[in-house]
Amino acid sequence: MSAQPGTIALSLIQEQRSRRDARHERLFRWLLKGCALLVLASLLGAAGATLWGGRSAFATFGWHFLVSTTWDPGNDVYGALVPVYGTIATSLIALLIAVPVSFGIALYLSEVAPAWLRTPVASAIELLAGIPSIIYGMWGLFIFAPFFANHIKPWLTNKLGDQPDDGKLSWVAQHVPFVGKLFGSSYPFGASILVAGIVLAIMIIPFISSVMREVFQTVPTRLKESAYALGSSTWEVSWDIVLPYTRSAVIGGIFLGLGRALGETMAVTFVLGNAMQLSASLLDPGTSIASTIANQFSEASGLQKSSLMALAFLLFVVTFFVLLIARLMLRQLAKKEGS
Amino acid sequence: MLTSSKPSIRFAAVAALAVASSFGMAAQATDITGAGSSFVYPVMSKWSAAYAEKTGNHLNYQSVGSGAGIAQIKEGTIDFGASDAPMKAEDLQQLGLGQFPIVVGGIVPVVHIAGVQADQIKLDGATLADIFLGKITNWNDPKIAALNAGLKIPAGKITVVHRSDGSGTSFNFTNFLSKVSPEWAAKVKFGTAVEWPAGVGGKGNEGVSQYVNQIPGAIGYVEYAYAVKNKIAWVDMKNAAGNFIKPSADAFAAAAATADWASAKDFNLIMTNAPGAKAWPITATTWMIMYKTPKNPVNTKVAFDFFKFSLEHGQQDAAALDYVPLPAALVSKIEAYWASDFKH
Repeated sequence: MSAQPGTIALSLIQEQRSRRDARHERLFRWLLKGCALLVLASLLGAAGATLWGGRSAFATFGWHFLVSTTWDPGNDVYGALVPVYGTIATSLIALLIAVPVSFGIALYLSEVAPAWLRTPVASAIELLAGIPSIIYGMWGLFIFAPFFANHIKPWLTNKLGDQPDDGKLSWVAQHVPFVGKLFGSSYPFGASILVAGIVLAIMIIPFISSVMREVFQTVPTRLKESAYALGSSTWEVSWDIVLPYTRSAVIGGIFLGLGRALGETMAVTFVLGNAMQLSASLLDPGTSIASTIANQFSEASGLQKSSLMALAFLLFVVTFFVLLIARLMLRQLAKKEGS
Repeated sequence: MLTSSKPSIRFAAVAALAVASSFGMAAQATDITGAGSSFVYPVMSKWSAAYAEKTGNHLNYQSVGSGAGIAQIKEGTIDFGASDAPMKAEDLQQLGLGQFPIVVGGIVPVVHIAGVQADQIKLDGATLADIFLGKITNWNDPKIAALNAGLKIPAGKITVVHRSDGSGTSFNFTNFLSKVSPEWAAKVKFGTAVEWPAGVGGKGNEGVSQYVNQIPGAIGYVEYAYAVKNKIAWVDMKNAAGNFIKPSADAFAAAAATADWASAKDFNLIMTNAPGAKAWPITATTWMIMYKTPKNPVNTKVAFDFFKFSLEHGQQDAAALDYVPLPAALVSKIEAYWASDFKH
């Protein structure tokens, strides 16, 4: 008879416990939802605030704002094409350099490097990620840009450009379309779209490569060992096993780097030359959205300030479209794989 | 009780005296706030330290840029604003604000040409404007040679370096170019930021001096102190009176002295291209902007006391930082303006 009240008590405790669990579960879910919504709210808030701030620029210039290369505070006429082009061009160059290099770093560290070397190199990369961007900017301006101007740029303009010093066009400039324009420049200094792209690449390599290294380590040894057992080379294992297995995480890492490159301000301001001109040449100075805002915001008022806000909104739009295109490409890739 | 309270009162009085003498007027210490131009920031911090030592009142000066300084004084969140560009008389009138200059500085064109030192190359306003318009593109241009008989300037492409950020330095420089070149005045106009017809932009005086140092054939413009500090070759300029002038504290002071302040209401006068025989043509000042009817009478009183202190005792400190003291005649004019236009 004594067991009866004991069982009742036990089931009571159990009931209480499950009720408490349910309550906690609800609370936890609300908390998580709150965290996620906070990100969404701040994103919408920032986008909305810049759109609101830029409303008079959009109202004054309309669609023309997007395609105009004029940025003339003297006459209060503004257009966004030059900074938008600069932002996209520098970020693309940065990705073109950073993605293969990061892939190499990550593969080396996860597949090839001896165990004693992996940890120090990995921490060095993480350390690089923590360097403030102004340091990269100063390094770019004081050391890299002069080096580039003295040693790399003459080679590029003479071998590839359409304005070589000696007037003799190279074979490449004559026969490959666009290359001559891309590397033709009579401007004597290093700070340019290409240099900004290279500095950005160095800045985003740590982000991309440390994500890649982390995910490469999650590939099951079983898969890799099987491939090796079938006679695959390291390259084949990396390209056919490791990369497909981790593809979406790798792309996530690249997005992270791309996001940083698109929005980077200080370093770019130092090495981009800050010239409001649209030039086909990668060796000419340009400007980016973030650096234009950083340069002009403190002294701007009226329509100029509104135009800067409109630029900030465009940065949101550009980032959104770049990510959208990347997602679509990813989906296309997945479809191809499925078929 | 009576007997015991006496010593404590006496002690309190002694203590208060001791405190008062060691901290000046600590009993009435007031903190005032100003914001704006970064051009005056170094001298403002020096003055505020000296002033705090003397009176116990502290100045908190935020170097946020002229535009932001004006915006903040309009909002009434600070006691005074500081701007490198004067506000228009009608704007001042409408908002009940007044403005006056506080310190003078010079802006110098700087060049990087092999073998050319400071004070060797000479330019006039029209030629300088043509260079910045991108019309003169080589150092062997006959217009430059005509101004520099006897100086061998090697041929080389000219690269224009301008400020990429909005700044009072650019404001005064482009204002000068507008005064000496009708084409500049029509096409580019003047302002803290303009659409530069040519060249690259460096951020801040540091950025411009760095670019000029690195690019052979470059020409830029920086505050005089930066050119001295970074040992960049500066250009002697022809002034409105037709004389070639070396930049110096005396030449900046001459510009401030000969500028036509008498006919400028609220000191609304940009000093570039001043008429004096010895005046440096690209001389600039920073204006302090305050409400004529104070919003916070206590703070405003202290602010005026601070400016009086700065104008009368702080000019040595200014000179040490390569600013130029205001001429005595201008100082008395400013003090008369305080008395007539401000309630305090």
